[in-house]
Amino acid sequence: MAEVLVVVEHSGGAAKKITSELLTAARALGEPSAVVFGAAGDADKLKDTLGEYGAQKIYAAESADVTDYLVAPRAEVLAGLVKQASPAAVLLASTTDGKEIAGRLAVKIESGFLTGVTELAADGTATQVVFAGAVIVKSKVTKGTPILTIATNAVTAEPAAATPSVEAVEVSVSDAAKKAKVADRVSEKKSSRPELTEASIVVSGGRGVGSAENFALIEGLADSLGAAVGASRAAVDSDFYPPPHQFQVGQTGKTVSPNLYVAVGISGAIQHRAGMQTSKTIVAINKDEEAPIFELADFGVVGDLFKVVPQATEAINARKG
Amino acid sequence: MNIVVLVKQVPDSGLERNLRQDDKTVDRDAGNLVIGELDEYAIEEALKLKEAHGGEVTVLTVGPEKATETIRKALSMGPDKAVHVSDPAIHGSDTVATSAIIAAALGKLEYDLVIAGAESTDGQTGALPAMLSERLGIAQLTGARKLTVDGDKLTTIERQTDDGYEVIEATTPAIVSVWDTINEPRYPSFKGIMQAKKKPVETYSLSDLGVSADQVGLDSAWSEVLEFSGRPPKGAGVKVPDEGDGGSKLVEFLATQKIV
Ligand SMILES: Cc1cc2nc3c(=O)[nH]c(=O)nc-3n(C[C@H](O)[C@H](O)[C@H](O)COP(=O)(O)OP(=O)(O)OC[C@H]3O[C@@H](n4cnc5c(N)ncnc54)[C@H](O)[C@@H]3O)c2cc1C
Repeated sequence: MAEVLVVVEHSGGAAKKITSELLTAARALGEPSAVVFGAAGDADKLKDTLGEYGAQKIYAAESADVTDYLVAPRAEVLAGLVKQASPAAVLLASTTDGKEIAGRLAVKIESGFLTGVTELAADGTATQVVFAGAVIVKSKVTKGTPILTIATNAVTAEPAAATPSVEAVEVSVSDAAKKAKVADRVSEKKSSRPELTEASIVVSGGRGVGSAENFALIEGLADSLGAAVGASRAAVDSDFYPPPHQFQVGQTGKTVSPNLYVAVGISGAIQHRAGMQTSKTIVAINKDEEAPIFELADFGVVGDLFKVVPQATEAINARKG
Repeated sequence: MNIVVLVKQVPDSGLERNLRQDDKTVDRDAGNLVIGELDEYAIEEALKLKEAHGGEVTVLTVGPEKATETIRKALSMGPDKAVHVSDPAIHGSDTVATSAIIAAALGKLEYDLVIAGAESTDGQTGALPAMLSERLGIAQLTGARKLTVDGDKLTTIERQTDDGYEVIEATTPAIVSVWDTINEPRYPSFKGIMQAKKKPVETYSLSDLGVSADQVGLDSAWSEVLEFSGRPPKGAGVKVPDEGDGGSKLVEFLATQKIV
């Protein structure tokens, strides 16, 4: 069976959830070979997790040359690996970095690429959900080595134990790929709540929440459920829940696909739905019974969020005893 | 500082959109065509840089004849001139081909910075700026929520990440892409709208750019849409009015779903 290159998403040697999803998706096409970009020792730290989800081999590209510059060096190293391994496909996460690496790699190795893939069939047919969730498209790469970026939370990760061998990759990056230097990485994480795109429950607040102080209600409900907190663009634009971007759900924010999505004081504009439409169960609280969010909701409460949310939070906490 | 802003005409993301039945490309007749929403933030950023550093702002678009509406809209915000690449052979081009066309057009222009939206609101591929960096060998400064130009060469951005940002530095020439967190785009003034009608728009065909027609278009795309369908509508859910027990009812529902 041919190799399938899988670019590992991790932070300091701890795998992100999407990595197990990528390895699972890759197994439909061939034998996954994980590619680790990072600092010395990262591949070793990741080895167990990568093996658990079926990585047969790990390419360790551990060098400051790949971590200190934006995107381009990773595309260059991958192009070398494609030449060396002739894989059946290259899989990446559909993140900003992943999509940009995919695009650069496509130009380099003259191959087609598809982004935001939610399902991957054994014959390479890729499903994508486009236009704010309204249309489902099936596509195929028709030239070169298919490069596919996989959406987060779309594939259900399934273990398939393997014992991967680790192969160190000789990293030599051209000057052309070192033009954009990463001078600093700043985390603005302000709580220990789960990462929005990885959370299995998300509670989001919109303009209806009214103020930054009132967002404590959203946080309270989220914490009762062990959920991540999200926000609509209107809430973000009104500075209800800074910093910008980190919590915005929607077309220009993050795409989430949790088991449960709770929309509080959010009208349900198309651009908001774009980021949460594929959630398994959707619950909405809104005082306007005509709000479009109710078209999506499995359960909706028409009422004042300042009454409904505290009552729900209390009832959930009471159940936990 | 000379800046080229990339602009794309797209179907309005606030309205229903679809693909065309005949060739499975984006339906550009059905919806209301508008300037790519993130492109307005790119134009605003370019105009702010021009106000601070001088130079010229050029709008560049690839698209059919009717994209001239989008060019006028862009120019009404304040850029100096526009370049429109238009050729029947371009219809159905994928991102790879489009990036080749834009790279060729940029080869005809003088610029210190190219600024684009982080992604188009129709394709949402989000890779085009990176691909231009690859093709042109210029620095990639993408996904910015903040852009600073120091002197006339060093450019720094704050690139949005999942839980914060990265500070990325490069010297010009560079390609920047921006999110909607970066600024608040201005509305065109009446004067701006009148002036836009007289601003120069240069039109290029593929042969003007030295791009061969058989490298672009639907038939040369490196991926193919096999089929598409509307997402099945969600079955109607339950909607209850809050009669003092809305919160409790919500939790009962969550319990039936085994969530609490
Ligand atoms: C290019 C582009 C990209 C965009 N990207 C995004 C995006 O990524 N994410 C996003 O969210 N939006 C995005 N938008 C904006 C989108 O169009 C809407 O403007 C936005 O989603 C509205 O947010 P909202 O629902 O919080 O506010 P509103 O539409 O104002 O809705 C507020 C809701 O709160 C309800 N409400 C008020 N008070 C109460 C109360 N006491 N109790 C209960 N309910 C109450 C109201 O009935 C109303 O339905 C984008 C727009 C554009 C043009």
